Amino acid sequence: MSPPLVEVSAVSRSYAMRSGMFGRSTAVHAVDGVSLTIAKGETLGLVGESGSGKSTTGRIVLGLEPPDGGEVRFQGKPMAAPGTAAWRAQRARMQMIFQDPLGALDRRLPVATQIREPLDIHGLGTPAEREDRVRELLRAVELTPAHGARYPGALSGGQRQRIVLARALATKPNFLVCDEPVSALDVSIQAQVVNLLADLQAQLSLTLLFISHDLRVVRQISTVVAVMYLGRIVEIGSADDLFARPEHPYTQALVSASPAPGRRSAGRIVLSGDPPNPAARPSGCAFHPRCPRAIARCASEVPALAAVGGNRQVACHLVAGAATRDAA
Amino acid sequence: MGRYFAIRIGRAALTIVLVVTFAFVVLRLSGDPALMILGPEAPPEVLAAFRKAWGLDDPIWFQYLDYFGAIAKGELGRSMRDGRPAIELVLERIPATLALTLPAFFFKVALGVPAGIYAALHRGSAIDRAVMMTAVAGFTVPSFVLALLLVLVFAVQLGWLPSGGQDSWRHAILPIATLSLGGAAVLARFTRSAMLEVLGQPYIRTASAKGVPWRRVVTSHALPNAAIPTVTILGFMVGTLIAGAVVVESVFAWPGVGRLLVVAVANRDLAVVQCILLLVAMTMVTSNLIVDFVYGFLDPRLRTKGAHA
Amino acid sequence: MPQLVSIAGLSVAFGGVPVLRGVDLALEKGEALGLVGESGSGKSVTWLGALGLLPRHAQVSGSVRLEGREILGASAAELDRVRGGRIAMIFQDPASALNPVLTIRKQLCEALALHRDLQGNGVKAEARRLLDLVGIPDAGRRLEAYPHEFSGGQIQRIMIAMALAGNPDLLIADEPTTALDATIQAQILELLSTVRRELGMAMVLISHDLGVVAENCDRVAVMYAGRIVEQAPSNQLFADPVHPYAQGLIGALPPLDGPRRRLTAIPGTVPDPAHMPDGCAFAPRCTLAAEPCGLAAPSLAPIADDRSVACIRAEASRRALLGVAAE
Repeated sequence: MSPPLVEVSAVSRSYAMRSGMFGRSTAVHAVDGVSLTIAKGETLGLVGESGSGKSTTGRIVLGLEPPDGGEVRFQGKPMAAPGTAAWRAQRARMQMIFQDPLGALDRRLPVATQIREPLDIHGLGTPAEREDRVRELLRAVELTPAHGARYPGALSGGQRQRIVLARALATKPNFLVCDEPVSALDVSIQAQVVNLLADLQAQLSLTLLFISHDLRVVRQISTVVAVMYLGRIVEIGSADDLFARPEHPYTQALVSASPAPGRRSAGRIVLSGDPPNPAARPSGCAFHPRCPRAIARCASEVPALAAVGGNRQVACHLVAGAATRDAA
Repeated sequence: MGRYFAIRIGRAALTIVLVVTFAFVVLRLSGDPALMILGPEAPPEVLAAFRKAWGLDDPIWFQYLDYFGAIAKGELGRSMRDGRPAIELVLERIPATLALTLPAFFFKVALGVPAGIYAALHRGSAIDRAVMMTAVAGFTVPSFVLALLLVLVFAVQLGWLPSGGQDSWRHAILPIATLSLGGAAVLARFTRSAMLEVLGQPYIRTASAKGVPWRRVVTSHALPNAAIPTVTILGFMVGTLIAGAVVVESVFAWPGVGRLLVVAVANRDLAVVQCILLLVAMTMVTSNLIVDFVYGFLDPRLRTKGAHA
Repeated sequence: MPQLVSIAGLSVAFGGVPVLRGVDLALEKGEALGLVGESGSGKSVTWLGALGLLPRHAQVSGSVRLEGREILGASAAELDRVRGGRIAMIFQDPASALNPVLTIRKQLCEALALHRDLQGNGVKAEARRLLDLVGIPDAGRRLEAYPHEFSGGQIQRIMIAMALAGNPDLLIADEPTTALDATIQAQILELLSTVRRELGMAMVLISHDLGVVAENCDRVAVMYAGRIVEQAPSNQLFADPVHPYAQGLIGALPPLDGPRRRLTAIPGTVPDPAHMPDGCAFAPRCTLAAEPCGLAAPSLAPIADDRSVACIRAEASRRALLGVAAE
């Protein structure tokens, strides 16, 4: 196995959030002790519902947000301090794409100019080489130079996401964080972009952190999948295996909730209760109030992520082999 | 809620202090009152005596502290021109100004709000376009131009109304009309866009989809929401009741606070100018506070504790 | 006995640009029909147009009959009785679907007062019962709360309660779970199917999500560029889609189990309504398209008792699919 490209160890991040206009501020633990490793050329899928901390994790990994605790190492080295030359060099090796391509693009500039921008910023190549590189990038995302001359408003959603992807690839990064990159796209276009991403990953040996709420898309593209709930990883394992045999009750409910053609809803696990609220994290296992199998211990002790055989790790008291750690 | 208003009130007080300070500094730096009032021909000893009498030869920071000390005691100074208390001069002008601005405020609301609502409900119709054209004309034309136009037509050409002075209610018609038209135009445009924004919201469609008759959709679903942004502009208009007629009063020779201000500034009659500015700042700030309070009343999102989350 | 709703030749245009181009659709009492398609396919516009909920500048033509009675172009008063009373509708965006300045009680009781013969305390009691029914705990107190005090899933429950207020025969659910998290989506879908079963209500479920529609509907209609391209019982449609677009949609959906395969993406993008291709609107993206496809738009024709498809290459398409399956 190749050495990890990205190592995330026990990162945490909390925000002060005011509840309403007159309320007092409370600390919200968006991410709480998350550790991950992503091997070179692999895709780690990060799934979870809103408030699970998956996007914040992505931003921490990319150094867009400093963690309160823990550390992120990239190619074996800790992330450099923002603003330094070392940081800029590191940042050119890692890029991010978001859900909303229109928001990520400047509506007043032709898209080719925007693809070239990172090359200009990092001073890569002569102007003529940059032009060549832009054409090459457009070709790589299956667009033509004619598309490059257009403005974002004159492109479809799928085309815009390709432009964002081309721009992200301009500096030849080896690591991409994709935060819900296809969630705003229609199914047929989503498939185009997912296929393209998979092709580019193979061609350029990219390493991906793929964040999405959509289990199907995540399974399609990921090697390893981590499931987050209220800022913690509750289960992690290889993509095929995890969705075929989910161990954590939350993962089971998520998989069960994913509608499938040709299956009626009989036997579905429907969780009761509201979506998790990061500002009011339950004690013990954060999932226990909604868990159909919770026992007394779940309310007091935080289950630690523990190996349960194979490469699977689960944080649940009810899953054999899972150890406990002291209540937080 | 209490904390919310404590913060607002603190901010309001700070605003007033800043306005008064700014006025104080600018006025002191922009000309010598002694020269302005006594004239350039006045002998130097007279000028010196005048400056000493009004404390103008003290350092500016001393004058400033002195001024605030006086305010704290309720003293707003005396006019350098005739020695009467500034507040007295200002207060006796207020009724004249209100005689213009209060009816004007009423007409602005009575004309502008319904016109804006009507235009929004009939978007794209001939009436909408007419209202919008009038509104654009109404607030692009400066009030002195509008005032002069009205004078030309109704006083000079038709001879129906007097062109200036304050002798009868007929003298008030043109100044009130000038003030009302401009304000109504602003309100109409603002109300129209607030209304259009609200009418495009999903909850309006929800109301229609549950079978609420369109009239009721407008009155009980759209209007309460459109009122929220409209209150802001109304609050601003309340804030200008005292000093919002400077130009109009000058054009129509109406002896209100506005004209007093113009004369006092020209003469560097510091106490009077500052007294007026203090009053203006206080009305502005008070009307802002009222707006905040009305928001709380209109919008439950500000009233109750934050989102459920 | 006439069908509950029958729509014929329903067309909608905005400023001369057609977005709905002749939709025929019928619905039996108590039936659950799914309407799938990508954005811009006209699935929402069909029902907004049928119920007169589109902006004034939309040009709507065709026929919409409710138990045989024409409602397209009916008087405002008659439409107001139909909307909420016979046909209720719920929408996608929970954050703005309810009026932010009115309490839940006001909005719920408004619907009750319009369509039910209830007085005074009876209205409030019924409102509380409805909130209980849709699973809002502490209904009596929560009635006095405002929309922002509820989560997205709870708002959707309240929307359902409001839709049920008029005892409708048909509920149109327009992307009711698209904005919700997966576990909450499962709750709402379960609630919808429970109330539908208990009240014998028909439902049209509009969704871009094939899985959601497949699991919750008896019959599915697939829309593309303002037309229905295929209609079939849902199990048949997903097992054996005939229209190349329906095949493409199903092929584009990543599987959640079994071996991973490369997704079969549909090339190109949805046509611009202002520049519709001649003939079949899907032809430019269709792998099976042949010359006649560009000549005339195919009409929806029956291929079995309860199935119909709008494709002149339907047979070829079916063979192609069987060929793929045989590999």
